[in-house]
Amino acid sequence: MMLTLSTQLNTYLIIGAILFGFGIFGLVRRPSLIGMLIAVELVLSGASVNFMAFNRFLAPDPTVGQIITLFIMAIAAAEAAISLSIVIAVYRNYKSIEVEDLVELKG
Amino acid sequence: MNPSLFSPEGLAGVIFLILIGVTMIGAIIATCTKRLIRSVSGLAVCFVGVAGLYYFLNSPFVAMMELLIYVGAVCVTIAFAIMLAEPDEAKLARKMSGLSGGLAAVCGGAVSFALGYAAVNGQWMAPATQVNDGSLKMIGASLLTKYSMVFELISIVLLAAIIGSVALARAGRRGN
Repeated sequence: MMLTLSTQLNTYLIIGAILFGFGIFGLVRRPSLIGMLIAVELVLSGASVNFMAFNRFLAPDPTVGQIITLFIMAIAAAEAAISLSIVIAVYRNYKSIEVEDLVELKG
Repeated sequence: MNPSLFSPEGLAGVIFLILIGVTMIGAIIATCTKRLIRSVSGLAVCFVGVAGLYYFLNSPFVAMMELLIYVGAVCVTIAFAIMLAEPDEAKLARKMSGLSGGLAAVCGGAVSFALGYAAVNGQWMAPATQVNDGSLKMIGASLLTKYSMVFELISIVLLAAIIGSVALARAGRRGN
Protein backbone atom coordinates (compact mmCIF):
# COMPACT_ATOMS: atom_id res chain seq x y z
CA MET A 1 0.00 0.00 0.00
CA MET A 2 2.73 2.43 1.01
CA LEU A 3 4.89 1.42 -1.94
CA THR A 4 2.30 2.29 -4.60
CA LEU A 5 1.78 5.86 -3.38
CA SER A 6 3.58 7.32 -6.40
CA THR A 7 0.81 6.15 -8.75
CA GLN A 8 -2.01 7.93 -6.94
CA LEU A 9 -3.19 11.47 -7.62
CA ASN A 10 -4.15 12.13 -3.99
CA THR A 11 -0.58 11.72 -2.74
CA TYR A 12 0.67 14.57 -4.87
CA LEU A 13 -2.34 16.79 -4.12
CA ILE A 14 -1.81 16.35 -0.37
CA ILE A 15 1.94 17.06 -0.69
CA GLY A 16 1.06 20.24 -2.59
CA ALA A 17 -1.47 21.23 0.07
CA ILE A 18 1.09 20.65 2.85
CA LEU A 19 3.73 22.72 1.03
CA PHE A 20 1.18 25.51 0.54
CA GLY A 21 0.27 25.33 4.23
CA PHE A 22 3.92 25.54 5.26
CA GLY A 23 4.26 28.59 3.02
CA ILE A 24 1.31 30.36 4.67
CA PHE A 25 2.69 29.34 8.09
CA GLY A 26 6.07 30.88 7.33
CA LEU A 27 4.48 33.96 5.77
CA VAL A 28 2.58 34.74 8.97
CA ARG A 29 5.36 33.73 11.35
CA ARG A 30 8.47 35.31 9.86
CA PRO A 31 9.32 38.81 11.09
CA SER A 32 11.79 39.60 8.30
CA LEU A 33 11.30 40.29 4.61
CA ILE A 34 13.72 37.60 3.40
CA GLY A 35 12.01 34.97 5.57
CA MET A 36 8.68 35.92 4.02
CA LEU A 37 10.22 35.63 0.55
CA ILE A 38 11.37 32.07 1.36
CA ALA A 39 7.81 31.25 2.47
CA VAL A 40 6.42 32.66 -0.80
CA GLU A 41 8.74 30.32 -2.72
CA LEU A 42 7.23 27.41 -0.78
CA VAL A 43 3.71 28.55 -1.74
CA LEU A 44 4.66 28.72 -5.44
CA SER A 45 6.24 25.29 -5.25
CA GLY A 46 3.07 23.81 -3.74
CA ALA A 47 1.08 25.27 -6.64
CA SER A 48 3.56 23.79 -9.13
CA VAL A 49 3.27 20.32 -7.58
CA ASN A 50 -0.51 20.51 -7.98
CA PHE A 51 -0.22 21.56 -11.63
CA MET A 52 2.20 18.74 -12.39
CA ALA A 53 -0.01 16.16 -10.64
CA PHE A 54 -3.11 17.19 -12.60
CA ASN A 55 -0.99 17.23 -15.75
CA ARG A 56 0.15 13.66 -15.19
CA PHE A 57 -3.15 12.12 -14.19
CA LEU A 58 -6.02 14.20 -15.59
CA ALA A 59 -4.94 16.34 -18.54
CA PRO A 60 -5.77 15.23 -22.09
CA ASP A 61 -2.70 17.14 -23.31
CA PRO A 62 0.19 16.38 -20.92
CA THR A 63 2.39 19.23 -22.11
CA VAL A 64 0.16 22.00 -20.70
CA GLY A 65 0.97 21.45 -17.03
CA GLN A 66 4.69 21.19 -17.69
CA ILE A 67 4.64 24.47 -19.62
CA ILE A 68 2.65 26.19 -16.85
CA THR A 69 5.18 24.91 -14.32
CA LEU A 70 8.04 26.30 -16.41
CA PHE A 71 6.26 29.68 -16.51
CA ILE A 72 5.73 29.57 -12.74
CA MET A 73 9.49 28.99 -12.37
CA ALA A 74 10.26 31.99 -14.58
CA ILE A 75 7.81 34.19 -12.64
CA ALA A 76 9.31 32.99 -9.35
CA ALA A 77 12.82 33.81 -10.52
CA ALA A 78 11.75 37.32 -11.64
CA GLU A 79 9.87 37.84 -8.37
CA ALA A 80 12.88 36.73 -6.31
CA ALA A 81 15.23 39.08 -8.20
CA ILE A 82 12.90 42.10 -7.87
CA SER A 83 12.01 41.53 -4.23
CA LEU A 84 15.62 40.93 -3.21
CA SER A 85 16.70 44.20 -4.78
CA ILE A 86 13.81 45.91 -2.94
CA VAL A 87 15.10 44.27 0.26
CA ILE A 88 18.60 45.59 -0.40
CA ALA A 89 17.23 49.09 -1.07
CA VAL A 90 15.12 48.96 2.13
CA TYR A 91 18.13 47.76 4.11
CA ARG A 92 20.20 50.66 2.83
CA ASN A 93 17.61 53.21 3.93
CA TYR A 94 16.45 51.72 7.23
CA LYS A 95 19.42 49.51 8.26
CA SER A 96 16.86 46.78 8.96
CA ILE A 97 14.74 44.24 7.07
CA GLU A 98 12.16 43.71 9.82
CA VAL A 99 8.57 44.18 8.69
CA GLU A 100 7.82 46.02 11.95
CA ASP A 101 10.37 48.73 11.24
CA LEU A 102 8.93 49.86 7.90
CA VAL A 103 6.48 52.38 9.36
CA GLU A 104 7.51 55.67 7.77
CA LEU A 105 4.10 56.20 6.11
CA LYS A 106 2.19 55.49 9.34
CA GLY A 107 0.31 58.56 10.59
CA MET B 1 -1.30 -5.40 -6.31
CA ASN B 2 1.32 -4.97 -3.55
CA PRO B 3 4.82 -5.16 -5.03
CA SER B 4 7.46 -6.83 -2.89
CA LEU B 5 10.09 -4.60 -1.34
CA PHE B 6 12.94 -5.81 -3.53
CA SER B 7 11.21 -5.69 -6.91
CA PRO B 8 11.92 -2.60 -9.06
CA GLU B 9 8.46 -1.17 -8.28
CA GLY B 10 9.01 -1.69 -4.57
CA LEU B 11 12.38 0.06 -4.63
CA ALA B 12 10.85 2.93 -6.60
CA GLY B 13 8.17 3.16 -3.91
CA VAL B 14 10.83 3.34 -1.19
CA ILE B 15 12.65 6.10 -3.09
CA PHE B 16 9.35 7.95 -3.44
CA LEU B 17 8.77 7.77 0.33
CA ILE B 18 12.30 9.09 0.92
CA LEU B 19 11.61 11.97 -1.48
CA ILE B 20 8.40 12.86 0.39
CA GLY B 21 10.42 12.85 3.61
CA VAL B 22 13.11 15.09 2.10
CA THR B 23 10.48 17.55 0.87
CA MET B 24 8.69 17.74 4.22
CA ILE B 25 11.91 18.02 6.26
CA GLY B 26 13.12 20.76 3.93
CA ALA B 27 9.85 22.66 4.32
CA ILE B 28 10.05 22.35 8.13
CA ILE B 29 13.66 23.60 8.16
CA ALA B 30 12.75 26.45 5.81
CA THR B 31 9.97 27.74 8.05
CA CYS B 32 10.97 26.86 11.61
CA THR B 33 14.66 27.75 12.06
CA LYS B 34 15.71 31.04 13.61
CA ARG B 35 18.69 31.86 11.39
CA LEU B 36 17.83 32.77 7.81
CA ILE B 37 20.84 31.05 6.26
CA ARG B 38 19.63 27.70 7.66
CA SER B 39 16.19 28.50 6.37
CA VAL B 40 17.45 29.01 2.82
CA SER B 41 19.39 25.73 3.02
CA GLY B 42 16.15 24.02 4.05
CA LEU B 43 14.47 25.61 1.05
CA ALA B 44 17.13 24.10 -1.23
CA VAL B 45 16.61 20.65 0.34
CA CYS B 46 12.85 21.00 -0.13
CA PHE B 47 13.32 21.88 -3.82
CA VAL B 48 15.53 18.83 -4.36
CA GLY B 49 12.68 16.70 -2.99
CA VAL B 50 10.15 18.45 -5.22
CA ALA B 51 12.39 17.82 -8.24
CA GLY B 52 12.32 14.12 -7.38
CA LEU B 53 8.52 14.24 -7.23
CA TYR B 54 8.49 15.79 -10.73
CA TYR B 55 10.65 12.91 -11.91
CA PHE B 56 8.03 10.49 -10.62
CA LEU B 57 5.38 12.52 -12.50
CA ASN B 58 6.94 11.56 -15.86
CA SER B 59 8.73 14.82 -16.56
CA PRO B 60 12.50 14.65 -16.07
CA PHE B 61 12.88 17.92 -17.99
CA VAL B 62 10.87 19.91 -15.45
CA ALA B 63 12.74 18.12 -12.64
CA MET B 64 16.05 19.26 -14.11
CA MET B 65 14.73 22.81 -14.55
CA GLU B 66 13.61 22.80 -10.92
CA LEU B 67 17.14 21.89 -9.82
CA LEU B 68 18.71 24.41 -12.18
CA ILE B 69 16.45 27.40 -11.51
CA TYR B 70 15.32 26.98 -7.91
CA VAL B 71 18.28 25.27 -6.27
CA GLY B 72 20.91 26.77 -8.54
CA ALA B 73 19.64 30.31 -8.98
CA VAL B 74 16.87 31.35 -6.58
CA CYS B 75 18.38 29.85 -3.41
CA VAL B 76 21.84 31.23 -4.22
CA THR B 77 20.36 34.69 -4.86
CA ILE B 78 18.53 34.60 -1.53
CA ALA B 79 21.76 33.51 0.19
CA PHE B 80 23.54 36.53 -1.33
CA ALA B 81 20.78 38.85 -0.12
CA ILE B 82 21.04 37.38 3.40
CA MET B 83 24.78 38.06 3.38
CA LEU B 84 24.23 41.64 2.18
CA ALA B 85 21.47 42.45 4.67
CA GLU B 86 22.00 40.28 7.72
CA PRO B 87 19.08 40.83 10.08
CA ASP B 88 19.63 41.48 13.77
CA GLU B 89 19.59 37.99 15.27
CA ALA B 90 18.75 38.89 18.87
CA LYS B 91 15.86 41.11 17.84
CA LEU B 92 14.62 38.44 15.44
CA ALA B 93 14.68 35.75 18.14
CA ARG B 94 12.75 37.97 20.52
CA LYS B 95 10.02 38.69 17.99
CA MET B 96 9.61 35.10 16.81
CA SER B 97 8.17 33.87 20.11
CA GLY B 98 4.68 34.65 21.36
CA LEU B 99 1.33 34.90 19.71
CA SER B 100 2.40 34.99 16.06
CA GLY B 101 3.69 31.40 16.14
CA GLY B 102 0.32 30.04 17.25
CA LEU B 103 -1.58 32.25 14.83
CA ALA B 104 0.70 31.14 11.99
CA ALA B 105 0.22 27.47 12.87
CA VAL B 106 -3.56 27.92 12.88
CA CYS B 107 -3.54 29.74 9.50
CA GLY B 108 -1.21 27.28 7.80
CA GLY B 109 -2.96 24.25 9.25
CA ALA B 110 -6.39 25.53 8.21
CA VAL B 111 -5.31 26.29 4.64
CA SER B 112 -3.50 22.97 4.35
CA PHE B 113 -6.43 21.00 5.78
CA ALA B 114 -8.96 22.72 3.52
CA LEU B 115 -6.90 22.06 0.38
CA GLY B 116 -6.23 18.45 1.36
CA TYR B 117 -9.91 17.86 2.17
CA ALA B 118 -10.97 19.31 -1.18
CA ALA B 119 -8.36 17.19 -2.99
CA VAL B 120 -9.35 13.91 -1.34
CA ASN B 121 -13.10 14.43 -1.67
CA GLY B 122 -13.10 15.86 -5.19
CA GLN B 123 -14.44 13.85 -8.12
CA TRP B 124 -11.56 13.79 -10.58
CA MET B 125 -12.32 12.54 -14.09
CA ALA B 126 -9.54 10.73 -15.90
CA PRO B 127 -9.28 11.82 -19.55
CA ALA B 128 -10.65 9.53 -22.23
CA THR B 129 -7.65 9.91 -24.50
CA GLN B 130 -4.31 11.67 -24.38
CA VAL B 131 -3.37 13.55 -27.52
CA ASN B 132 0.39 13.12 -26.99
CA ASP B 133 2.85 11.61 -24.54
CA GLY B 134 4.07 14.83 -22.89
CA SER B 135 7.66 14.27 -24.00
CA LEU B 136 10.29 16.97 -24.29
CA LYS B 137 9.80 17.07 -28.07
CA MET B 138 6.09 17.79 -27.61
CA ILE B 139 6.83 20.50 -25.01
CA GLY B 140 9.19 22.20 -27.44
CA ALA B 141 6.68 21.99 -30.29
CA SER B 142 3.84 23.50 -28.28
CA LEU B 143 6.11 26.20 -26.77
CA LEU B 144 6.91 27.38 -30.29
CA THR B 145 3.42 27.04 -31.78
CA LYS B 146 0.48 27.20 -29.37
CA TYR B 147 2.22 29.08 -26.54
CA SER B 148 4.66 31.20 -28.52
CA MET B 149 3.00 34.46 -27.44
CA VAL B 150 3.27 33.53 -23.75
CA PHE B 151 6.86 32.45 -24.33
CA GLU B 152 7.73 35.89 -25.75
CA LEU B 153 5.85 37.68 -22.96
CA ILE B 154 7.73 35.76 -20.29
CA SER B 155 11.03 36.83 -21.78
CA ILE B 156 9.86 40.48 -21.69
CA VAL B 157 8.88 39.98 -18.03
CA LEU B 158 12.34 38.60 -17.27
CA LEU B 159 14.01 41.50 -19.08
CA ALA B 160 11.89 44.00 -17.14
CA ALA B 161 12.80 42.19 -13.90
CA ILE B 162 16.52 42.37 -14.69
CA ILE B 163 16.41 46.09 -15.55
CA GLY B 164 14.15 46.85 -12.58
CA SER B 165 16.32 45.04 -10.07
CA VAL B 166 19.48 46.70 -11.34
CA ALA B 167 17.81 50.12 -11.18
CA LEU B 168 16.39 49.49 -7.69
CA ALA B 169 19.62 48.16 -6.24
CA ARG B 170 21.61 51.02 -7.78
CA ALA B 171 19.35 53.88 -6.73
CA GLY B 172 20.55 54.12 -3.14
CA ARG B 173 24.26 53.97 -3.93
CA ARG B 174 24.69 57.53 -5.09
CA GLY B 175 24.73 59.06 -1.60
CA ASN B 176 27.51 56.88 -0.23
